[in-house]
Amino acid sequence: MGAISEFVTKSKQVVNSLFLKELCKGLSVTGWYFFQPKITVQYPEEKTPQSRRFRGLHALRRYPNGEERCIACKLCEAICPAMAITIESDQRDDGSRRTTRYDIDLTKCIFCGFCEEACPVDAIVETRVFEYHGEARGDLYYTKPMLLANGDRYETQIAADRAGDAPYR
Amino acid sequence: MDAMIQVGQNLFGAAWPLIWSVLKIVAIVAPLLLAVAYLTYFERKVIGYMQIRIGPNRVGPWGLLQPIADGVKLLLKESIVPTVASKGLFILAPVLSIAPALVAWAVIPFADGLVLADIDAGLLFVLALSSVGIYGVILAGWSSNSKYAFLGAMRCAAQMVSYEIAMGFALVCVLMVSQSLNLSDIVNGQGKGLFADFGVGILSWNWLPLFPMFLVYFISGVAETNRAPFDVAEGESEIVAGFHVDYSGFAFALFFLAEYANMILISILTAIMFLGGWLSPVGFLPDGFFWLAVKASALLFCFLWFRATFPRYRYDQIMRLGWKVFIPLTIIWLVVTGVWLISPLNIWN
Repeated sequence: MGAISEFVTKSKQVVNSLFLKELCKGLSVTGWYFFQPKITVQYPEEKTPQSRRFRGLHALRRYPNGEERCIACKLCEAICPAMAITIESDQRDDGSRRTTRYDIDLTKCIFCGFCEEACPVDAIVETRVFEYHGEARGDLYYTKPMLLANGDRYETQIAADRAGDAPYR
Repeated sequence: MDAMIQVGQNLFGAAWPLIWSVLKIVAIVAPLLLAVAYLTYFERKVIGYMQIRIGPNRVGPWGLLQPIADGVKLLLKESIVPTVASKGLFILAPVLSIAPALVAWAVIPFADGLVLADIDAGLLFVLALSSVGIYGVILAGWSSNSKYAFLGAMRCAAQMVSYEIAMGFALVCVLMVSQSLNLSDIVNGQGKGLFADFGVGILSWNWLPLFPMFLVYFISGVAETNRAPFDVAEGESEIVAGFHVDYSGFAFALFFLAEYANMILISILTAIMFLGGWLSPVGFLPDGFFWLAVKASALLFCFLWFRATFPRYRYDQIMRLGWKVFIPLTIIWLVVTGVWLISPLNIWN
């Protein structure tokens, strides 16, 4: 009995390998996908959906009255694991504490979003913008005016994202 | 055509036969090189489609100018000769590689009577040239003076020599049943037979009675051209790029051209030997070059399909397949064909 079943399995193997069974199976898989709709996203024209929590280019926000939000508490500088943030602060003429220097070195930044989480006044945020570049190392060293400009430029989007995400936080 | 020959004879006199030959060669080689260029495009498209991608589509409409851009890029790049390389051989190797791939086209019949050199030993000529192609690869690997190139060349040489034998035996079966080494005669022989008389010529072609040989020949052809899954000679994950690691610019382009020209050649040869060349599959449609092109294109698609599907064979598996499966199989079928030919069941007289 054992000899017969062994012979049967053996001859099955021979027939399968002779008629290239496994190879034809493989070919049928690729042949099937040949006719399937393609999933390529053609980047500059098409883009993948983004989360509201996307962590891209940094920005410093302002209040609606134009006052900058940052109070120079330096929590972001403290939590930054890459030590990409440098802050110097001084007393402003009206007596409030403000930053005189707020730099983020984007070549150091790991886009972890901790600065955003740490900020008590939602001043430093990460926007959805990821299509920016620098042609020299210094180009990606963002200073306070640059970050504030980012904030002014993308404020609508930033505010909408924060509002939309608020129920889940 | 005759008027053109007459005009040429009057214009050039004694030099005309030479010029006429050169014109005919150009008429074959120029479309061939264009076909090679667009084969690379279709390869990328087909493999892309099989990987649910869309492939090149940026250069020109549907990416159709991509091969032109690639060609121009390769032409403009510097061809570097390594200082440790054997310079003469290093430059000779790509030439030796592309020359046989182009010369073999001289005996290919594109349609009835449409052949550059209608020689009686056409099949022998093709076999001889496909063996010469190995020298280019070996010389390239050896003259580069690099371990990867050398390993690639050794693998390639062993592989091509092993599969040459199976290929040769498969073709011996073909020439036994067609009683001729002339490629035109081989095609015409396939147009006769019981099924052809009924108008279904497709069943009279060699692929049906010699089916195992058809498979062996085509798979050996894939191995012979060093295409996936038999591309251990290049094996980019193990030996970088095999025999052409050190080649760049146009010298590399020549190897590339040779590989793709060989692919087209093998497809055309398979179509001629087993799929009835330019013959139409059914009686009511006219024969012609169109059919040869269709058959060769289908086989070329298989080349690309294999590449998109199969992982690379291990080296010893390639050798096992060549020596322990294909060669015995071809020898057995050789005997079967011989017995068939002398038996009363002979269908080829």
